[in-house]
Amino acid sequence: MVLVYSDDKKLTLELLNKGKELAKELNKKVIAVCIGHDSFAKEYLEHGADSVIAAETDLHDFKAEEYASILEKIVKENNNEVVLIGSNKNGKELAGRLAAKLDTGCVTDCINVHVKDKKIVTERVVYSGNAIAVEQFTSHPQIMTIPPKAFDPLPKKEGHKGEVVKKKFDFEKSPSKITKVQAMKTEGVSVEDAEIIVSCGRGFKNKDDIKLVRELADVLKGRTVGCSRPIAADLKWLSEDHWIGLSGHKVKPKLYIACGISGQIQHIAGMRDSGVVVAINKDPEALIFKSADYGIVGDLYQVIPKLTSAIKEKMG
Amino acid sequence: MNIIVCAKQVVDVSEIKVDSSTKKPILAGVPQKISDIDKNALEEAIKIKEKHGGKITVVTVGPSDAKERIKELLAMGADEGVLVVPPQNADYSVVSNILAGAIKKIGGYNIVLCGEASIDMFSGQMGPRVAGLLNIPQITYAQHISVEKDKVVSERNLGDKAVTIESPYPVLIAVTKEINQPRLPSLMQILASSSKPIHEWSANDVASGKLEPKIKTVDIKGVPMARKNVIFKDDLDQSVNQLVDELAKVGVLR
Repeated sequence: MVLVYSDDKKLTLELLNKGKELAKELNKKVIAVCIGHDSFAKEYLEHGADSVIAAETDLHDFKAEEYASILEKIVKENNNEVVLIGSNKNGKELAGRLAAKLDTGCVTDCINVHVKDKKIVTERVVYSGNAIAVEQFTSHPQIMTIPPKAFDPLPKKEGHKGEVVKKKFDFEKSPSKITKVQAMKTEGVSVEDAEIIVSCGRGFKNKDDIKLVRELADVLKGRTVGCSRPIAADLKWLSEDHWIGLSGHKVKPKLYIACGISGQIQHIAGMRDSGVVVAINKDPEALIFKSADYGIVGDLYQVIPKLTSAIKEKMG
Repeated sequence: MNIIVCAKQVVDVSEIKVDSSTKKPILAGVPQKISDIDKNALEEAIKIKEKHGGKITVVTVGPSDAKERIKELLAMGADEGVLVVPPQNADYSVVSNILAGAIKKIGGYNIVLCGEASIDMFSGQMGPRVAGLLNIPQITYAQHISVEKDKVVSERNLGDKAVTIESPYPVLIAVTKEINQPRLPSLMQILASSSKPIHEWSANDVASGKLEPKIKTVDIKGVPMARKNVIFKDDLDQSVNQLVDELAKVGVLR
């Protein structure tokens, strides 16, 4: 059996597609897990799950200790050989703890998973985006976490039915206590969903100058502004929802314009899957040009306004 | 407060060059250092010790030359070091079992601190694994820690929200890079660190029977990077127009 779990519904649907494919090759079934509710069970069945296990709990918050304990019970009971977990922050800490409890292997942030000679092969990006590690399991169950957008969800099969098992599990309680949940300061930007992103980096001298990037993003009808680490984490000129990179968001827009970004490998790791990449930088040696399709060597304070008006003209 | 910090020796990823024909990373000769975020973990431990007293022990699972790196951590402010050399082909399971075994052997701890992930492999599973093996609560992505007598209060950065969590001791906390700015040791501290002990333990001693890897690495392959690398260097107006024409041609201006 292949087990699929994420606390994010959209991500679960994406995992179900991969889960279904692996299950087919390994001649197994796919089970989706809901914890604390069964509200998405119908959708999971319509998007590839053969059955759904809904763990009934009175938990209000996610704690990795408790969720790992519930999944440990489910995996043991169903004899799952493959476990796919959504690679958001909760999913990653859950997968690691679960792997320790089950004394097994875990590969996080798989960008590719396939079956070769009836064995699972995983690929993930290592060394800050400079290489891909190809790995195989020598243990069972095989736990993998998969980041958002690595795979598309399967098309919906209206009315597809399957069993929904509601069940209580006796799990390990955590002595920790969540006392406050606060929305982080955001500007409501979702760089992961953007088709066009204009991004800014250390080449900008003042916070106000970021309006140049906004104006360019506006004429491109992308309207999404991104940034590299210093702008969000150190200078805090933009909220962290704009931050693109290894520790920030990973994006794959059809057009990515990097303005005044030097192109440190940590940043490249966040945008390397973009369709077309344009770089604007005054330093002809800047690393970003190596990761770009098109580049203009020049002062961004001159280049961006000209580019904005040229695009405006072109697009009418 | 007795604190154990897990620190990994890694290759300095910013120094990695890529072989232009195979596209594979060239790892030989790349300088080694302590993973950046593990230094944030140690800095946080030192801050806690400065306020509440106690002892800081750093544990490194790595090759014998990692001893040099441990000396840097002792100079920063750790009191003792422990080095365990892992068997060949050690994976996360093996290393986490060694770390958990070493932590148990050190004993008497209140907090285990580590970075959210190492900068070379960035898997992020070591903290949760060690917490799971020790059967203690875990707090990951910590961007703020405040230590009280019977509990620690920490704020986790989950990207869209910040979650404040309280835990009794012992607890494992994995910190983010943003939590602090690691200090640089003074010359006096560097000199004084040579008298601090570094214990060398064998993997079999601390984790016997748990040294079988669960994952094998089949290949470290290069990353295909098929970018056009067209750079417009002419007169600025001309360059901008050429760029816009190209973008229109490849169909991203719709």
